[in-house]
Amino acid sequence: MAGGSQGYHGSEDYIASKPLMEIVNVAVVLRKPLVVKGEPGTGKTLLAHSIARALNKKLLIWNIKSTTKARDGLYVYDTVQRLNDARFKDKDISDIRQYIKMGRLGQAFQSDEQVVLLIDEIDKADIEFPNDLLNELDEMTFHVNELDEEVTAKHRPIVIITSNSEKELPDAFLRRCIFYYIEFPDSEMMESIVKVHYPDIEDKLVREAMKKFYWIREMEGIKKKPSTSELLDWIKALSLGGIKIEKITSEIPFLGTLLKNEQDTDRFVRLSSNQGSGFGFRRR
Amino acid sequence: MFIDFFFVLRRKGVPVSITEWMSFIEAMYNGHFQSSLNHLYYIGRAFLVKSEAYYDAYDLAFQEFFGGIATQDVELEKVLDWLENPLNRLPKMSPEEMMEFQKQLEEFKRTHDMEELMRQFRERLKEQKERHDGGHKWVGTGGYSPFGAYGYHPGGIRVGGESWMQSAAKVAEERRFRNYRNDIILDVRQTKMALKKLRELKREGSQEELDIDETIDKTAKEGGEIELVFNRSRENSVRIILLMDTGGSMLPYTELCEKLFSAATQTDHFKEFRYYFFHNCIYQDIYEDIANYKRVPTEKLFSLFNKNYKLILVGDARMAYSELFDINGCIDYFSTNDKPGLEWLARLKDHFPHSVWLNPTHRNFWGHYTVDTIGKVFPMFELTIDGLKDAIKALTSKTKNPLLYNS
Repeated sequence: MAGGSQGYHGSEDYIASKPLMEIVNVAVVLRKPLVVKGEPGTGKTLLAHSIARALNKKLLIWNIKSTTKARDGLYVYDTVQRLNDARFKDKDISDIRQYIKMGRLGQAFQSDEQVVLLIDEIDKADIEFPNDLLNELDEMTFHVNELDEEVTAKHRPIVIITSNSEKELPDAFLRRCIFYYIEFPDSEMMESIVKVHYPDIEDKLVREAMKKFYWIREMEGIKKKPSTSELLDWIKALSLGGIKIEKITSEIPFLGTLLKNEQDTDRFVRLSSNQGSGFGFRRR
Repeated sequence: MFIDFFFVLRRKGVPVSITEWMSFIEAMYNGHFQSSLNHLYYIGRAFLVKSEAYYDAYDLAFQEFFGGIATQDVELEKVLDWLENPLNRLPKMSPEEMMEFQKQLEEFKRTHDMEELMRQFRERLKEQKERHDGGHKWVGTGGYSPFGAYGYHPGGIRVGGESWMQSAAKVAEERRFRNYRNDIILDVRQTKMALKKLRELKREGSQEELDIDETIDKTAKEGGEIELVFNRSRENSVRIILLMDTGGSMLPYTELCEKLFSAATQTDHFKEFRYYFFHNCIYQDIYEDIANYKRVPTEKLFSLFNKNYKLILVGDARMAYSELFDINGCIDYFSTNDKPGLEWLARLKDHFPHSVWLNPTHRNFWGHYTVDTIGKVFPMFELTIDGLKDAIKALTSKTKNPLLYNS
């Protein structure tokens, strides 16, 4: 049963919400790929690391880029190498096998023990990409044309797929997966996340910093909202810089760690300076 | 039957498929999670809803189907409080006893269905007036009634208990995901993503892919001297023309149109992107700038761009009758037109078979004569993410519409 002592309960350095843990356990038990979506910095990628660590399994990461093809994850047949070898006749080229290189998915299938496979940022690739993987993820098997052989998973890997919602994922693909949207952590959750990363930092500093942080996040018109990783950087900078707590309440030191583009900084300065009368101004 | 939840979901607009429903049911009956409303809420959501855009609709459906529980006569808060602090925890059970429970669980599943249980639960909550710990009928802790926490009843409903962040019914009621609904917000990024769907892949650009057959051919011809042949990889070949209304009635939608415009200009994935402006309706001239100073003859659209260009018009399509149907009906005092606006629109449609009209006003306000008429010339869609998606589908479909204007 999921939720028993065997299941996933988060790991030391990763705080997962209760529902998320439950969903991870269900995905593991039912052997379905888990699609995790959410704002940048909500810890989608780290989740896979945490699962691998908590369940004591090897983690294979397949980073997706805009040029990645589904085939790359299965295997690559290095034709050019073979042609080159054929030319100088110093190698035996009759064995195609040595020119077949397994991709991440292939490696996961061939592994002697169950692994955690992270397909990171699947939405970076072409829109058709997930559809090309449907069968492979469903049946956990693929065919190597050059060898005329089936590669079947020895142990069905635990598949975690992350997406930044740059592109919509195809329905047919999603139907086969379990889906979880990680919300941006609320302040309570965030406090425990900060604690995990910096256990020694003063409570008061963290609280003040978080107050400011959520205030900036809720400002209207900020294009790139600061995320968890930015908050962590900021708190680190604050504590290393020995900034007094009173200073955080009156101004924002190291603003550059939170807001990363010029427009947002301008907007922030404008909004925070005329908070009085101009705040309710509405463009007509 | 429990299947009703499926239909409630569908009715609320969550696109649940049978496959998803079946695997959800399978997961439930395999006992992979505890029977509590919280589990049901989160796990149901993971199985049945595949985009945060539908989380809100799911919340609504969940509320409708299970919501009665949160608003019963005995406040759920109080019930939860009893359940969270049991007076007597059950002693550990031996494996044999667990086996016995497993058996009972199977038995229970055969004899009860979810709906019946829910009904009983609601009824019992209604009857119950006080705290219960132990016992076998009332909702409480450590007992044998099917409802409660920390107790043992095979297949019963667990209310609260454990540190879930919030009760499911409450989460559903809060509707925290309202902002993720995609029929409401339309921001630049989302619009970009929608526009990205506009594509036609063709082999163009730099040569990157190795063409094995050609390489072998060439190499053989060269007498074994290896000659690598590369192919061009596929690229998007979509060309877009955007025509935007800058008329006075469009003022309230400026921001919306700006978003669409900036998304379209920032999307570097079109082969070509052109934009022009018009005032209320299209006549012999269109404009290159928003202020309508730089005139361009509309005829030029026909000579510069062929029918492969995709045309997107943005406007509220609401104007005076004369602006659309009359010669010299143009709203600008200093302009005249010797052909009515409708004729120009029909010519545009004929020249650019792939064309759509995006209307920033809500569909409910389209009941206007000129809107209807223009809607018959161009397929008209709302300027929302959903509308945009439909529009893009219409733009990329291969079907041809009959010619409207023959000249």
